[in-house]
Amino acid sequence: MDTSHHDGYEHTAVSTHREGFPWKDIIGLVLSLALTFTSLHIVLTHALPIGALITAIVVLAVFQLFVQLFLFMHLTEKTGTRSNIGAMAFGLFVAFTIVAGSIWIMAFNSSSS
Amino acid sequence: MAYSIPSDDHEHAIDTSGPLEYSTEENKLKILGFWVFLGAEFVLFSCLFATYIVLHGNTAGGPTSQQLYDVNGFMTETMLLLVSSFTSGLAIHAMRNNQKNQMIVWWIITMGLGAGFVGMEISEFVHYVSIGATISRSAFLSGFFTLVGTHGAHVTLGFFWMLSILIQIIRKGITPITARKAFVVSLYWHFLDVVWIFIFTVVYLTGKVV
Repeated sequence: MDTSHHDGYEHTAVSTHREGFPWKDIIGLVLSLALTFTSLHIVLTHALPIGALITAIVVLAVFQLFVQLFLFMHLTEKTGTRSNIGAMAFGLFVAFTIVAGSIWIMAFNSSSS
Repeated sequence: MAYSIPSDDHEHAIDTSGPLEYSTEENKLKILGFWVFLGAEFVLFSCLFATYIVLHGNTAGGPTSQQLYDVNGFMTETMLLLVSSFTSGLAIHAMRNNQKNQMIVWWIITMGLGAGFVGMEISEFVHYVSIGATISRSAFLSGFFTLVGTHGAHVTLGFFWMLSILIQIIRKGITPITARKAFVVSLYWHFLDVVWIFIFTVVYLTGKVV
């Protein structure tokens, strides 16, 4: 800890932290582009039966979600608190439950009426 | 009530060993708070996704998703937002290396790509409305405009938020406070790309095959 910049720190504090070449961002971009165009290709060529096709592109979207969270948003970097992982996981759990639960109950509705 | 007056050294201690946005306890807490907000935003969008998916087939004799969606249009929107998510990451990377000018350049490129995305989406919506596919035409279109429009409103807000942070960076430079503000808006921007990935997959791609 460096308190030597005590007076007027707001304008003079400079972190000694430095980062090298932004590999994480570039790998993230390449992976995102690959996943996006794979999804598009599967859809345009109707490469799979409809159920398998939708499952495949949703799985690819979830991969891209993880690319963004880990490579772009630095979810797991050790500089902050780790509680953000719990907040994200809980938000995603509730989101998944709402979407999957809605599809499930509405599919049941239409098959029973 | 006995409050101890915190000494300046303790309260405003700056840890300069890590990135500047994490250099104070207040900054760390505010960044964590923003992650909690993003968790809640995921839940908000999940409700709109659930509504859209359930109502997708209810076209009431109006246009279907297969007739409406244009592959070139939504692919362009996807590329603009994806690359802007990348460039906002590069802006934060430059910020962490204390390269103010580089950071500002990437920041402005990010805003330009974001503005291009919003412009594309507005022209898409105007086109739909011009051929009679309005929000009140069918349950499918109500779900579509609510979901995609809410995302577009978020991107528009994000654009003006980035503009305000850009002005602060230019005027005050990279300080613990402006670094934290810039980092938080970059998290928001990446989050909007995450939501768009699911709109791209669940709304546009799926809408082309079902």
